[in-house]
Amino acid sequence: MARRTSGPGRTLVAFFVSTAVLFGLVALAGSWTPQLGLDLQGGTSITLRAEGDPSEESLEEARKIIDDRVNGSGVAEAEVTTQGGQDIVVEVPGENRRDLLDTVQRTAQLRFRLVACSQVDGRCQSTTGLPEGVIPEAPSTDGPGGSTGGQQQGDQQGDQQLEQSEQPQGNNRPTVGFGVKTGGESGGESEQPTEQPSQQDGGNGNDKQGNKQGDVYEQCVTAAADDPLTDDPLQWIDQPTSECVAAFSQYQCPADGPASPMTDDPDAPLVTCDEDGVAYLLSPAMIEGTELSDASAAIPQGEIAYVVQLSFDGGGTNTFAEISRSLFGTEKQFAIVLDGEVLSAPTMNGVIVDGNAQISGDFNEEGASSLATSLKFGALPIAFEDDPLTQVVGPTLAGDQLSAGLLAGGIGLGVVMLYCLLYYRGLGTVVIASLVVAGAITYGMVLLLSETAGFTLTLPGIAGLIVAVGITADSFIVLFERIRDEMRDGKSMRVAVESGWKRARNTAVAADAVSILAAVILYIFAAGVVKGFAFALGLTTIIDLVVFFFFTKPAVSWLARFPFFHSGHKLSGLNAETLGVDRAPAGGTA
Amino acid sequence: MGRYSRLGNALYTGERSIDFVGRKWAWYAISAVLVVVAVLGISVRGLDLGIEFTGGTQYRVSVGAEATQENADELREVVADSGVEGAASPVVSTLGDDALLVQTGQLSQEESTTVAQVIVEATGVDAAADLSQEDIGASWGADVARSSLIGLAVFLFFVVLFIWAYFREWKMSVAALVALAHDVVITVGVYAWSGFEVTPATVTGLLTILAFSLYDTVVVFDKVRENTAGLGRGGTTYARAANLAVNQTLVRSINTSLVALLPVGAILYVGAVQLGASSLQDLALALFVGMAAGTYSSVFIATPVLVDLKSGETEVVMAERRAKARARQGDRYAAVPGYREDLPIADEPAARPGAGAPVPAALTGEPRQAPPRTAPPRAQEPMGRGRTLPQARGEVRRSGASGRQQPSRQTRSKRGKK
Repeated sequence: MARRTSGPGRTLVAFFVSTAVLFGLVALAGSWTPQLGLDLQGGTSITLRAEGDPSEESLEEARKIIDDRVNGSGVAEAEVTTQGGQDIVVEVPGENRRDLLDTVQRTAQLRFRLVACSQVDGRCQSTTGLPEGVIPEAPSTDGPGGSTGGQQQGDQQGDQQLEQSEQPQGNNRPTVGFGVKTGGESGGESEQPTEQPSQQDGGNGNDKQGNKQGDVYEQCVTAAADDPLTDDPLQWIDQPTSECVAAFSQYQCPADGPASPMTDDPDAPLVTCDEDGVAYLLSPAMIEGTELSDASAAIPQGEIAYVVQLSFDGGGTNTFAEISRSLFGTEKQFAIVLDGEVLSAPTMNGVIVDGNAQISGDFNEEGASSLATSLKFGALPIAFEDDPLTQVVGPTLAGDQLSAGLLAGGIGLGVVMLYCLLYYRGLGTVVIASLVVAGAITYGMVLLLSETAGFTLTLPGIAGLIVAVGITADSFIVLFERIRDEMRDGKSMRVAVESGWKRARNTAVAADAVSILAAVILYIFAAGVVKGFAFALGLTTIIDLVVFFFFTKPAVSWLARFPFFHSGHKLSGLNAETLGVDRAPAGGTA
Repeated sequence: MGRYSRLGNALYTGERSIDFVGRKWAWYAISAVLVVVAVLGISVRGLDLGIEFTGGTQYRVSVGAEATQENADELREVVADSGVEGAASPVVSTLGDDALLVQTGQLSQEESTTVAQVIVEATGVDAAADLSQEDIGASWGADVARSSLIGLAVFLFFVVLFIWAYFREWKMSVAALVALAHDVVITVGVYAWSGFEVTPATVTGLLTILAFSLYDTVVVFDKVRENTAGLGRGGTTYARAANLAVNQTLVRSINTSLVALLPVGAILYVGAVQLGASSLQDLALALFVGMAAGTYSSVFIATPVLVDLKSGETEVVMAERRAKARARQGDRYAAVPGYREDLPIADEPAARPGAGAPVPAALTGEPRQAPPRTAPPRAQEPMGRGRTLPQARGEVRRSGASGRQQPSRQTRSKRGKK
């Protein structure tokens, strides 16, 4: 306790340094006015039109998910409504928020599938290569030959398919070693920019026979449904259904962006592409997006690019562990498929049993966090038309409300300060200073959070903050009343400050713990506005405690050293008369 | 302030005391009336739910290149004054540069025609070409309400546990919950009777009240716990100790409610006087009523309820009984005279039991002499009834030696043998 003598000053200095750091951060963030909510400032309205004719339930479900996405933390105060039978209107504070389009619109159907073959590893080329006489596109990786082969097969697909389905299974099922070997070979071939044009040719050829191709994929789906191995994708990828291999080998990715010729059905194999135009044949889905428990964007240690980190729930963790055990040490890949498009197809670098995975790619921060947000809140049950209508909407409250609210709050706090000064006299300055400090820190935090977390201030929010600052003052009142009580018991000011502090501290911590409990639990469980409320409540309560512990108490202890206070000056608020006692406190003038 | 401070001191020492606990039936009656009125309001008048909860109708007005904030504000007034109930508090905003958006509550066919007419008249647009009307869904769906209610239930559960753990007294949890329900019902009742629209802001207002009510109750209970910790030793009862605690925190309660209510009052005043009907005013009224009820209930409801709940406990009953016995007996030392120089050494002869009556004849010879000063009569000592036990001054506790091995003395021949 030797520290106590030098304590208050040092604590105060440390407190002011931290406050200065906070405002330094605000200055770095660059804006000195908080982001105002829809009601005060207006924002952007995005009208999404659903494709087809969605049912009311699915539209409502989509609304809910979009609401979660734009308002995940509850502090952005966005508004999402359904309109008519087909539209969803998203209103977000702030002008020009087209950057939200992706987050809002993306269906975000995430699936983990296993890669049976891809144009890069070429495992299936080897398998189809075996019955050379029958299937001519075996050397498809050779560029032009591949594309013509594709066309040829398109022409002859009817009988070929028949023959192929009658192929003895053994033909289609190479040993793993063989696959790895060809995989190794094709590793060199994989980067073939010269091949792209020819692939496009092939794509065009495919387009002409669109309907026929569609049949190929349908056959793949029906054949796979009959294939007993389909239920066990881990084995299926070693021996894929031959119809699907055929479908895969004749598919060429279109040049402009990835596309899949098949619908993304979790129970069926899938032929699709990634962003670089590499086609994949994928097993039925092993893990669905619904089995994720969390997704977040982060930069892993020692790396420089953003990744999306995923955590699976119980079932997902088990399946993922099974996959990683089976794939670890092989060249086999699994694919992360988002909305029917391969995001990435990594190999297993280790056995992962804790249910955490990450999607890497060339993400920037926005892209990664947008994807993470979309994944976290689940897939949309409906798709939306491209190019939604975005418009600027004005504030919904008349302009004078904000100034009136602020004026009222200012008057109210002014009256509070006046009262404290009248009642507590000298000590009232501590209350006022504490309130000013608490207000400043709150404002600083609001600025910082509106920059980093999208915190916006609506009119009710401002009213809530003003009220919160008022409630904050209660801790100080509890402390001062305790000190006065101790002095009424005959203690000197300096002793009374310490013993009163000990009791007031317990009271304040217990009472604030209730508020923090409310904030944490409501934040975890509730959604939307209530979440935003919980956030603000937690914030102001913690600020209350910080100011109480690191400003008010040290300030009182520091003031207690001055004769003005501890000798009971008339204006100190601690003399016998203001305490209401007749005798001078014992030792008060000693 | 001096008098107020003096009152604070008097309340602290117990010199002045307001009987919060004893007059509990008065407070209960007041609260019961308020709660009944509130419940009546909720069930009879119901709550006026806002567009966010019910969905409603939206009009898109293409006004050409003159959609400004002033237009929107004017249109809001006009629609609000249209006399249609569902459109009493419309949401109006500009949309892009050339359109206005009007959102109202759910309207019947007729009402919506009226509102459309009002809009057309006010803005002078072509009803067919420039005015489109659509239904909008609720942005605050049933699922949000459900998740919030689950959150609330979990929170209340943990609050009960927390208060129980902190005060080591589940009855305090119950009392705090009773006070909380009291505050929330009264506030909701205000909404029902005033016909204010319930918006998401109202919900946050209610939650603020909820948090404040519990906070305030915990502060008061902390003092109650402190005062009743040494029950039995101080020779007081639980009710009296709790009442003293409430009195001692009364100044704090008044100051806190002033400090918390003054800003809200200012918002309420400005909202009502300067702005007329506004969402700010609605929110401020709810907060004002709720926080006032929160402070009131922790003093007038929570503490008496706690005392009621505790009144059946053995310890509390015993303390009560002792206090009552002491009151019956009065001050045992009231008859003992203060020390004087000429205090007699001898007892008054008549007071001594068994002593013969004084002989008045012997005194008649010396009339000038003052009668001998004697001590007041002694209390009758019990005779022939064995030992006299001293009056119990506090609860009878186990002695410090209880449970410990006591030394025993045995005859020499038996020592060291089993």
